[in-house]
Formats: sequence, structure tokens, C-alpha cells
Amino acid sequence: MTDEVVLLDFWPSMFGMRVRVALAEKGINYQYKEQDLKNKNELLLKMNPVHKKIPVLIHNGKAVCESLVIVQYIDEVWNDRSPLLPSDPYQRAQARFWADFVEQKAVYAVGKKLFSTKGEEQEAAKKEFLEIYKTLERELGDKPYFGGETFGFVDIALITFYSWFYVFETFGKFSMEAECPKIIAWAKRCLQKESVAKSLPDQKKVYELALELFGLK
Amino acid sequence: MADEVVLLGFWPSMFGMRASIALAEKGIKYEHKEEDVFNKSDLLLKMNPVHKKIPVLIHNGKPVCESLIIVQYIDEVRNDRCPLLPSDPYQRAQARFWADFIDKKVYESSRSLWTEKGEEQLEAARKDFLESFKTLEGELGEKPYFGGETFGFVDIALISFYSWFYVYETFGKLSMEAEFPKIIEWAKRCLQKKSVAKSLPDEKKVYERVLDLRKIFHLE
Repeated sequence: MTDEVVLLDFWPSMFGMRVRVALAEKGINYQYKEQDLKNKNELLLKMNPVHKKIPVLIHNGKAVCESLVIVQYIDEVWNDRSPLLPSDPYQRAQARFWADFVEQKAVYAVGKKLFSTKGEEQEAAKKEFLEIYKTLERELGDKPYFGGETFGFVDIALITFYSWFYVFETFGKFSMEAECPKIIAWAKRCLQKESVAKSLPDQKKVYELALELFGLK
Repeated sequence: MADEVVLLGFWPSMFGMRASIALAEKGIKYEHKEEDVFNKSDLLLKMNPVHKKIPVLIHNGKPVCESLIIVQYIDEVRNDRCPLLPSDPYQRAQARFWADFIDKKVYESSRSLWTEKGEEQLEAARKDFLESFKTLEGELGEKPYFGGETFGFVDIALISFYSWFYVYETFGKLSMEAEFPKIIEWAKRCLQKKSVAKSLPDEKKVYERVLDLRKIFHLE
């Protein structure tokens, strides 16, 4: 019996991108269904009645929701290739901790303030945004990836924000390359992977969409 | 080599309680170190430099932080007894989904019930709180536990809020028994387990502590 895998997603969503990267890492064939978030369809509402959000992975008709839950699910089901989480329980706990850090610090919500606020509020958001990334840069250290030698869970959780860097930098008036060079070096290393390159939309396309979506100039 | 397990906790914290329950479920001996969250120890700051919060599990000198991550870690290290997460990946994903729901929806609204001053904000928090428990009661359905026949991850994630029900009822002006009889029934079932009964502090003690906290935050 062949697996039927469907992904309900929205192309600029950094949460959806995480699932795309995980599916690509595992070489899983799936059907991508672009969602209109202003006009949610029956399938999305039926598959994620609790949050009504994307991404939703539908595996043989059964829904899995929440991007990091989905990535772990993909890793556990297709456990014969390209492990995304470490096999050691302690390393696994560290990976979950850093992925949770990215979630808790709400990079997207903070980043959003960079283009939706001005003056003091924007300055505070910029400070917070850079602090988050500097903490991550310290954690990365001199490792090629957050997991060490191989690309994994924390890299997947974080790399997808890269598509939005141009938006954040332009409105926040700063340069990630200048502020967090190790993060940029790490991001470029990740982008050399086909799974990442084909899952992340172009920064300029995201910028154009952000201008439209948020009514920015 | 014997394991050295230390848990940095704070007795009213529902997050700390989750770790205590998991350790008790697995029959793991450990040293509990009570932290004063207003005067954090050097050990806590060293073991959790990123968030500076409890609980922190220190296993043979190495820290694990964040309550649900600690519970999963305990389950994976002591995987020879009392599984806390299901073995099936799909069921496991569902368990993680609901634990995440509890952290996102229940914690925020419940905290607002006793920290908000404005009538409007309190009413909004009350609405969110009631909605989130209604969703959880729906998910529980007729099952004895959230995981089905056996006590598990989602039960651990939620039961720790039980010690705070009296606080929510008092400040939120609601009755958990009246609004969510199935949740109360489920909670009483969980409390029959020794691991839960010994990890949850008395509701009235938590309430008294909250009264102190409200004075400290100038809410009284």
C-alpha cells in the first residue's frame, strides 16, 4: 500500500516551510495544497478544527498539526533515512529545547513589530530580535549546524525565518550579515542543501508579499 | 554507576509538578531542591542560563529544561517501565499536539484570571479559559484518561493545573465542577494515583500563595 501524503500550506509561512524541508530531507512524495488563509476551505477546517491553521500534514487521511509536532512525526514514521533528531535522549532534549526557544521567543511576532511599529516600539523590537539571534549564535558556536556535524531539527526550526530576513532588515534598518555573521554563514550552508533551497521562497518575493499583506510602503 | 538526579522546583509551579509526577511514575529516586523564584540560586542560573526558570532536571550533572521536554526525556531514558508517551507515532503526535494546546491556551488564560485587573481583560480571559477547557473536555470524551486506557503525557501536562483550580474559580468567578464535570471526574481519577497525589500541593495553600503574589504585584 502506498502512502498518501498531503500538505496544507501557505507559501510564505515559515512554519509550513519547516514541514517542506523535513519531507524533502526524507525524500517523501507528497501533494502540496496551497491554502487561502482569508477564505479557509472545508478541508483545512476539518483537519485542524482546533487552531484552523496551516501547516497540516494529512497522512493516509489522518491529520497532524503544529509544525514541530509534524517534523517529529515525519522523523519517527520515516525513521529509516536521514534522521532529523539525535538518537541520544540527552541530545534530543537539547534539540527540543532550542526548537522550543525559537517558538517561545516568537521570532515572527517580534519580527512583525519591525515592520508594523515605529519609533520606540520598533527600536525595542529590533533590540529583542537581535538579542534572540545573538543567543542562537552563541549556541551555534563553531559548529556547522545546530545539531553538530549534520543538519537537523533545530536547523529546520530556524532556517525558515531566513526567507523573511530581507523584510526584517529593510524595515528594521539593520543588516543580519553585520549583526550576526555566524548566523548568515550557517544559513548559507543550509541553503546549499537541496531540501532547504527548494523549500524556501525567495526573500524578495516574500518582501513583495509582505508589502501587500500588511499594506506597507 | 548510580544515577544522580536532582530536580530544581518551586512548590506551586504546575510546570515543576509535571516533572515530579513523571519521576514518581517511573519510580526514580531524586533530590528535590526548592528554589525561591524571587531569589534564584547560582545553581539555577548556571543550569538554565537561557530562561532562568524552574523546573530543571539535572541528570548526572547535565541539565534538561522546559517541563514537557523533561517529561519526554524521563520517558526516553527510563523506557523500560510505565511508558508516558504512546509507542505509535501518530498517537504520539496527537499527545504532543494536546500538550502544546495546554501550554498555549490554558496557561495564558488561566494566568490572566488572577493577574488581570480590568473588567474587560478579566472577562476576555474568562472566555478564553472556559473555551480551552471545553475543547479539552471534548477531546477527553468518554475516555478514562486523555491517552485512553492509561495515564500519560497529556494527563501529566494538564493535571498539574488542578492545584490551581480553586484560584481560577475564586478569581474567575466560575465553578469547574459545574462547567466541566468530566474534567473534574478525570482529575479525581488521576488523583487516585500515588504519583499524582504526592506531587500536587493542596489547593488552599496555592490560593494563599497567590494572595501573597497579588500583593507583591500590587493587584490587591
